[in-house]
Amino acid sequence: MTDYQEYLEFLYSAVETQNKKHIELSESTSLVADLGLSSLEVMEFIEKIEDHFDISIPLNILPDVNTIGDLATKVRELNL
Amino acid sequence: MLFDKFQTMAGFQAELAERKVEPFGAVTEKILSATEGLVQGRNVILAGTNNYLGLSFDPRCIKAAQDAAARWGTGTTGSRLANGSFTEHQALETEVAQFYGVDHAIVFSTGYTATMGMCATLAGPGDVILLDADSHASIYSGVKLSGAEIIRYKHNNPEDLAKRLRRLGDRASQTLIIAEGIYSMLGDVAPLQEIAAVKREYGGYLFLDEAHSMGVLGETGRGAAQAAGVEADVDFFAGTFSKSLGAVGGFCVSSHPELEAIRFCISAYIFTASSSPSIIASTREALRIVTAEPQLRERLWKNAHRLYDGLKALGLPVGPTASPVVAVEMEDRSRTIDCWEALMEAGVYVNLVIPPASPSTNFLLRNSVSAAHTSAQMDTIIAAYASLKTAGLITSTQAA
Repeated sequence: MTDYQEYLEFLYSAVETQNKKHIELSESTSLVADLGLSSLEVMEFIEKIEDHFDISIPLNILPDVNTIGDLATKVRELNL
Repeated sequence: MLFDKFQTMAGFQAELAERKVEPFGAVTEKILSATEGLVQGRNVILAGTNNYLGLSFDPRCIKAAQDAAARWGTGTTGSRLANGSFTEHQALETEVAQFYGVDHAIVFSTGYTATMGMCATLAGPGDVILLDADSHASIYSGVKLSGAEIIRYKHNNPEDLAKRLRRLGDRASQTLIIAEGIYSMLGDVAPLQEIAAVKREYGGYLFLDEAHSMGVLGETGRGAAQAAGVEADVDFFAGTFSKSLGAVGGFCVSSHPELEAIRFCISAYIFTASSSPSIIASTREALRIVTAEPQLRERLWKNAHRLYDGLKALGLPVGPTASPVVAVEMEDRSRTIDCWEALMEAGVYVNLVIPPASPSTNFLLRNSVSAAHTSAQMDTIIAAYASLKTAGLITSTQAA
């Protein structure tokens, strides 16, 4: 089982190519408000995570995900 | 605060108004034929109407609609479950089922409610839906209402579908898999032989939306599954009457007898007025013509290849294969609007598509071909695109 921090670190690296504003990433970084990801870009990010952990992330969880930290928590739950 | 989320759209509308361009909801002042109209004061060739077989102006369909209006009145004023089931509706359901060679059919008031209603109802809480990432908005709306777990697979990617079914383990056999025959924006066809093979390996139920492929593909016009020879693997076929059949409405057919029970659980079927008898009558006639006149499909495909090859020869990015939907992908919004306007001035109406209606961040000049387009009209459409290049409005580098 991977620790929450390790999920977080992977998410930081995975989203870096979409970090067009070069802002400093933290668990409270918002995917839309801070990183400015469009809905399509969010889905591209999700696909990277799915392929890496060999999981499927249901669309149903997305309304509860605002920050990288939220996503790390959800991915960890799905990968348990 | 309530309206904050609409500011981006309001800004875009203001930009269009300032440029005096109205690509969305362009008002048609007169329809001259299945392929010509007076739009925003211009006589234009209609190259963005999904009128694939040109049946909207077929005199036999018009006559059927007129007779039905005289006999049944203008509307049913009620739901199918109340007073809105006429013998016309029942006859169309029988005929659509016969067309597909199955025993069960439901007719809906629009294509949108057919796919939305079925997707909202077939799977529920505790079930899983696997849908193609580029699915139509009606499918996304439906699955959101279903309460099921919703997972996307990569567009037209059977390997990704298989991977996701594998991850589901025992739940795979109870999963609703959703695909479309021809995808509406780029005109690409689903790899249905491969998708059907994945379904056979892992189980699940396959729901196929043939909205843009019914009347277009297959030996008798049943769609992409017939063309791929995998109809036996499809559990539910959905489609529309508003494209190749030239009217409005939708359907779902199935060999599963449970469809008759499902009918009584679909809110989009129960709580809306049924189609006007005139619409049902013209649809019945159009369905008869689709069966009786395969030459319409031949003409459609001849025109589709002609437009696809013509735009490709101009160096425009037009998608992987020829199709009755031919979309030119562009990266720049402003330039795409310029092109749309120039096409209108050249006498050609096409669809302007912006994200998220397009399947990527690209903008589309979306053309749909009809069997009713004449050779001269096809020449005019291709020449209008050539003029975009001559005017410097579009180049290989400006396109996606």
